[in-house]
Amino acid sequence: MSRKSEEKLIRVGLFAAAISSIVIIVLIIAFVFKEGMPALYSVGFFNFTFGMEWAPSQGQYGVLPMIVGTFGITALALLMAVPLAIFCAIFLSDVAPNSMRRILKPTLQALAGIPSVIYGFVGLILLVPFMRTHFGGTGFSMLTASLILTVMILPTIVSITEDALRSIPLEYKEASLALGATQWQTIKNVIFPAALPGVVTAVILGMGRAVGETMAVIMVAGNVAQIPGSILDPVRALTSNIALEMGYATGIHYNALFATGIILFLVIMILLVIANYVQVKSKVEIGGGNL
Amino acid sequence: MHRIIPPRNAQSIMNVVFWVSGIITLILLLVIIGYILINGLPVLTPEFLLSSPLNAGRAGGIFPMIVSTFYVTFIAVIVAAPLGVLSAIYLAEYSGQSRIVRAIRFGTQTLASIPSIVFGLFGMAFFVVFLHFGFCVLSGGLTLALMALPTILSTSEISLQAVPQSYREGSLAIGATKWQTVYKVVLPAAMPGIITGIILGMARAIEETAAILYTVGSATQIPISVFDPARPLPLHLYYLATEGLSMPNAYGTAAVLVIIILVITITTNYLVDRYIKKMMGR
Repeated sequence: MSRKSEEKLIRVGLFAAAISSIVIIVLIIAFVFKEGMPALYSVGFFNFTFGMEWAPSQGQYGVLPMIVGTFGITALALLMAVPLAIFCAIFLSDVAPNSMRRILKPTLQALAGIPSVIYGFVGLILLVPFMRTHFGGTGFSMLTASLILTVMILPTIVSITEDALRSIPLEYKEASLALGATQWQTIKNVIFPAALPGVVTAVILGMGRAVGETMAVIMVAGNVAQIPGSILDPVRALTSNIALEMGYATGIHYNALFATGIILFLVIMILLVIANYVQVKSKVEIGGGNL
Repeated sequence: MHRIIPPRNAQSIMNVVFWVSGIITLILLLVIIGYILINGLPVLTPEFLLSSPLNAGRAGGIFPMIVSTFYVTFIAVIVAAPLGVLSAIYLAEYSGQSRIVRAIRFGTQTLASIPSIVFGLFGMAFFVVFLHFGFCVLSGGLTLALMALPTILSTSEISLQAVPQSYREGSLAIGATKWQTVYKVVLPAAMPGIITGIILGMARAIEETAAILYTVGSATQIPISVFDPARPLPLHLYYLATEGLSMPNAYGTAAVLVIIILVITITTNYLVDRYIKKMMGR
C-alpha cells in the first residue's frame, strides 16, 4: 500500500470515529422518541405537559407537577449556589493566596467527583433528619433536595466562572488599580462585568446539572407527584419520575415514562442552545463547558 | 453614586466574604467525606470486602459489587477510550473548521449534557430490548461508555491542542507523513493529558447510578459472562439506603466509593502537575 492511500485510509478511519458522537446522539433521540411518542399521541402533548394529575393506575398522565418540582428544586438550588459559587470563584481567581488555591482546587474536583448516590445518602442520613427536627414534616422536601443540589452544582459553576474571570485581560485590572480603585472596586466594576457572559454560561450549565440530577433528588425529595404548596412540601422531579416507575411500568405507562424523558431532553437542549448563544456572544473560550 | 461604605471598609468586608465562601466549600467536602469515612471505615474489614452479601445485603459483604463495578467500568473504558481518543485526534489534527466539525462538537457537548437517566432509558430501549442483550454487564457497560465518551474526547482534544506546533513542524520537516507525526510525536507528547481524560471518564462510569438502574440488572452474584446481570457499588448503596436494609453495610459501601473517588482525584492531580512541570521545563 502506498503512503498516500495509507494516509487516506487513516483519515477516513479517524473521521468514522469522530462522527460516532453524532451517530450516538441520533440513536438516543430516535429510541427515546420512538418509545415516548405513543404516549404523547394518546394523551396529547398539551395534556401530557400541562396535565395536573399523574395517576398511571387511573390512566392519568400529566407531568406538570414534576415540571414544577424540577424547576422549583433547581431555582432554589441556584438561589443558594450562585452567590456562593461566584464569591468562591473570585476568591480563587483574585484573592486567595497560592497555598489556599492549591487546597481548594482539588476540593472542588473531589466535590464534582463524588457520586450522586453518595450525595443522596448523606442527604438521607444527615439532612433529612435535620430538616425534620427544625422545620417539621417528614424532612423530605423541595428545600432538602435543593440544599443537596446546591453542593452538587457548586463545582460546575465555580470552575467555569473562574475560567471566565481569568480570561479577562490583565490590562483591565492593572488600569483599574492604577486609577486608585481598591481590589473589590476593580472586581465589582471592571472584571466581573467583563466576565458576565461567562458567568451566565456557568449558571446555565449548573442549572442543566440540577435539572438532570436523578439519584440525589430521588433520595431526599419525597417524590410525591403533586404541585407543592410550600418549599417544605415533598416534590417529585422529572428525572425521579422515570427512575421510580420504570421498574414496573408496562404499556402506555412505559411509553409515558419515555415521554417524560423527551420533556427532560427538550429542557436540556434549550439550556444548551442558550449557553452556546451566550458563549458565542461573549467570545470567551471556556473549557469543559458541559452540563 | 452615593457611597455608604468607604471603599477601604468595603474591601475588608469583601475579603471576609471571599474567604468565608472558600472555607464553606472546603468544609462541605470535609463534612461529607469525613462523615462517610468515620462511619464507613470501621466496617471495611477484609471479610466485608471479600465476601458476598447475605439476605439481600442485610449482612455479609460487597465483593460481587466491587467485581461488578470494575467489570462494567472496564467495558465502558475499552469501548469509550479508543473511540474518544481517535475522535479527538481527528478533531485536533485533521479537521479544519468545517460544518461537520461544528456538528461533531455540538454532538459531543450534547452527549455530555444529557441527563444520566435519559442514557438509562436509551440503554434499556436499545441494548436491553432492541439488541436483546437483556439486563446485564454488557448493556450497563455500553451505556456507561456513551457517558464516558465526551469526557475522554474533550480532555484528549485539549491535551493534543496543547502540544507545541514546532513538534509537528519538526517531524514533518524530516519527511514523516501526517500520521507518523501524529502517532510518533504528537500522541506521546499528549499522553499524560489523554490518560487523565481516560481516568476521568472511568470516574464517571464508576460513580454513575441512574444510567445503570435499568440496564445492568440487580443480581447480587458475581458476574462471570458479560451477559450476566450485576449490581455495581452505587446501585447497591442506593438499594441499601432507600430500602433501609443495613446502615453499617451502606456506610461501608459508601466509604469504598469515596476512597475510589479520592484515589482518582489525587492521581489525576499528580499526573496533571507532572505534565505541566514537564511542559514548563522545556
